Amino acid sequence: MAADLPTPNANASPPPAASAACGTCVFNHAAQLRALGVDVSGHDHVVALAGNPNTGKSTVFNALTGLRQHVGNWPGKTVTGAEGGFGYRRRRYKLVDLPGTYSLLSDSQDEDVARDFLLFGQPDVTVVVVDATRLQRNLNLVLQILQITGRVVVALNLIDEAHRHGLSLDQRHLARELGVPVVPMAARSRRGLDALLEAIEQVALGTVATRARRVHHGDARTERAVRELAAQLLREYPGLANTRWIALRLLEGDPGIERAVTDGTLDRLSSPTPHAVSSETPGT
Amino acid sequence: MRNVHKGSPAGASTATTLDRLRRGQIATVTAVDIHGPQRRRLMDLGVLPGSRIHIDRVSPLGDPTAYLVRGSVIALRREQARGIHITVEQE
Repeated sequence: MAADLPTPNANASPPPAASAACGTCVFNHAAQLRALGVDVSGHDHVVALAGNPNTGKSTVFNALTGLRQHVGNWPGKTVTGAEGGFGYRRRRYKLVDLPGTYSLLSDSQDEDVARDFLLFGQPDVTVVVVDATRLQRNLNLVLQILQITGRVVVALNLIDEAHRHGLSLDQRHLARELGVPVVPMAARSRRGLDALLEAIEQVALGTVATRARRVHHGDARTERAVRELAAQLLREYPGLANTRWIALRLLEGDPGIERAVTDGTLDRLSSPTPHAVSSETPGT
Repeated sequence: MRNVHKGSPAGASTATTLDRLRRGQIATVTAVDIHGPQRRRLMDLGVLPGSRIHIDRVSPLGDPTAYLVRGSVIALRREQARGIHITVEQE
């Protein structure tokens, strides 16, 4: 059964740049991922699992990986959650469980970890698990993640509980509004798991074009400042991803991002280490 | 006085701050007059203009108080609650 997918559109985001850039090599971001403590060798795609606390994120994780997980804890500021893998239609996926957070913008270590992974690890797909019974609050994180990446699948979990509470959810409308696939599911009873796997595959392969809802501040002066600072960041850190987002945070005075600039995190995560560079050599 | 009465004949509402909300009353947040990381945190937890809020539980000394907002319970200190502007719906 297919998930409710937003219809492909002319000005939709392009399919994965990674495969276009280096043919068979899927991992453009292998070096950054390694710096973040995730070894992606032997896998075709990296999938991050994000969500608020208590949304059944771990249940989704276990349902996908069949409990073949190990808890990872790497030196330095890295992903502290679990890591696992699963196969679907002959492709191997690495699943990285991010800490449960309400936000990516507050200043806590869990949020730093989740944010850094999404910003610099640039997973091929990010599954955001949301609690269908507390959709309003959960959508905060969804919208924040959509500002960083459009390669998102929303897993509308605990749908059975929502129905028991007399809530009915219009997932088609939600998918249209967010611009990414929305999959209703009840991970505890493995309901919706096939649809989730299919949606992950479609976003990973770019067979469905997502068109993430971006929040616009609509102010010319802010826009100018963001553009200027983003360009400056790119000059300072060639290869740095999501410079617009980082610039906006810096303008807002986000202490976590300021720290990432001063303590060298940005530097470490912007340019790939030499041994990780694929057959493609830049500049030749 | 802080209380402002808006003259609406059908259902009058009263503007005040969250620390003055009484048990059983329901209010709508109108402004968050708190700055810096705390403001961000509150908004991430669902406390933003338009959110409906009421008291869920009160600790023995009355501080902190647990509020129900957007389907979740959050505990706030009186000091924080004072910075959150609300209009109380008339029962």
